[in-house]
Amino acid sequence: MSKRDPVPMRPATPDSYYGRPIIKEPVWKPQIPFYFFTGGTAGASAVLSLAARAAGNERLAKTSLYVGLAGEVVSPVLLVTDLGRPERFLNMLRVFKVTSPMSVGSWILFVSGGATTTAAACEKLGVLPRLKLAAELVSAAVGPPLAVYTATLISDTAVPVWHDAREELPFIFAAGSAASAGAAATLLLPPREATAARRLAIAGVAVGEAMMGTMERRLGFVGEPYRQGEAGRFKRIATAATVAGASLLAVGGRRSRVAAVAGSALVLGGEAALRWSIFKAGFQSARDPKYTVRPQRERLERRAKPEV
Amino acid sequence: MISLPAKWSEHYGDEAHERVGFFTDTSVCIGCKACEVACKEWNLVPEDGLEWTGESYDNTSALGSDTWRHVAFIEQRTPLRLDGDAAELAGDVDEAGLAESADALRWLMSSDVCKHCTHSACLDVCPTGSLFRTEFGTVVVQEDICNGCGYCVPACPFGVIDRRTVPDESRPAVFAGKEDGRVFKCTLCYDRLKGGHEPACAKACPTQSIQFGPLEELRERAAKRVEKLQDEGWNGAQLYGENPEDGVGGFGAFFLLLDRPEVYGLPPDPQVTTRDLPGMWRTAAIAAGALAAGIFAVVAGSRE
Repeated sequence: MSKRDPVPMRPATPDSYYGRPIIKEPVWKPQIPFYFFTGGTAGASAVLSLAARAAGNERLAKTSLYVGLAGEVVSPVLLVTDLGRPERFLNMLRVFKVTSPMSVGSWILFVSGGATTTAAACEKLGVLPRLKLAAELVSAAVGPPLAVYTATLISDTAVPVWHDAREELPFIFAAGSAASAGAAATLLLPPREATAARRLAIAGVAVGEAMMGTMERRLGFVGEPYRQGEAGRFKRIATAATVAGASLLAVGGRRSRVAAVAGSALVLGGEAALRWSIFKAGFQSARDPKYTVRPQRERLERRAKPEV
Repeated sequence: MISLPAKWSEHYGDEAHERVGFFTDTSVCIGCKACEVACKEWNLVPEDGLEWTGESYDNTSALGSDTWRHVAFIEQRTPLRLDGDAAELAGDVDEAGLAESADALRWLMSSDVCKHCTHSACLDVCPTGSLFRTEFGTVVVQEDICNGCGYCVPACPFGVIDRRTVPDESRPAVFAGKEDGRVFKCTLCYDRLKGGHEPACAKACPTQSIQFGPLEELRERAAKRVEKLQDEGWNGAQLYGENPEDGVGGFGAFFLLLDRPEVYGLPPDPQVTTRDLPGMWRTAAIAAGALAAGIFAVVAGSRE
């Protein structure tokens, strides 16, 4: 009797089905938030490279071009290995759908990867300057979309903490990409030639932090997962690291190579942690039915009220 | 609205069929799970875990890649009728010891399924075109195209679709979960529809809780049914998903429930995420423009 039946009866709950999630948690693996980071860094680096070229800072232009190349090489590997059927990765280019940010993004990454690789190859070999310029222009043109579309991708889901943050996430991703592109160049360049990159890192961190604050204030109850559990922990790590790194760059980055390296490493690590936090917040938000039910119930009640 | 599903039938020309779907009337569901079994057998859906949950008679818990029909069981200390029905229940309930007061017990059962939405988020976000709308107006995954990107999984406002992992113990642990990797969900028995048959779950349902047919006809039938139940004083009788004006443009498979949707694990006011996509693309464009302008401004401002 009791030996055969060790499972206690679980009572039904009034606002959910035994507390079970309504929507599914994403099936994406850790490759995805790291791709948000590498793809973002690559996209912003392409723009930084062209801007530096235009401003006559060849050293920065070259460094950012190679940083971009590194991001473009790593990104598709991360994405393909995340697929349930990696051997079918080319099906991503089977159609083009504006209703699917992932479809649009696959094409952006395809074009951007080709352009950046071409530009970097011409740069390294010192050949075909016109082709290099054309490739750099293409790469810089699709760079910002590459850095930003991933925010649209996660916003375009039923996950409350992502969908409801759709007004801010693109700016958070854009600012974070600028910060990590700036920090990566600062890490690799002597301080004298990294002025623009250093300032970009500091500005990116400042704007990103401000946007995160705006988002959390606006979301209220739905935004709770950003402050709780693993997401909250990584959010605090991200804030501490990026703010400390940016401060270090601002104070000592101009004179001290050590400060520049430490500061930019902190910014890079912090930006990666921020992507992880946003990623994990989505899982936490999907797992708890209250984040799905309560806003919908409130919406229904608002609609049921006669308009005054 | 980016997708215009009203047009799906035009793409099929002469092959277009009138839109079909399910009306699941939970007021007559007896919780026999014949629908779950028939679905599994017909569609060769793998085993979905052999666990005792302790949640009434429900041991499959939720829809997923390997559960395309799911019967929910809810035990409530709530009268079935608004005027109470103590007399009928008194004896049994006291013996079973389930309720202190006999006039307050009911057992809700409901067979959940993919809603085959009019505005379907999974279909919209699928980057490979694997998910498509059939000539019957239903939403189906083409398994020979799906590459397992997983985008449809969090896009679905009902948590219906999921990626299938069949553990293969012969492989090293790292690869063990990778045997399938594609997403699966109810096809509304696309193959049976093509052959002129009704879906397996509807065929197997012994109480006509699951009714299959042309959607318009089902909506009329459901409106009459819910009116009848409300007239008879059934507690909480309501239609769910029958309204073409709702956030997903109406379900292809809708329900008559006896309590609020969330009690059955269903979202009370689902919305297709891509409804907001035009605005999201605008925001993304502004953010991308700001990123480019910002980088150029910082670099230009740093020239010495």
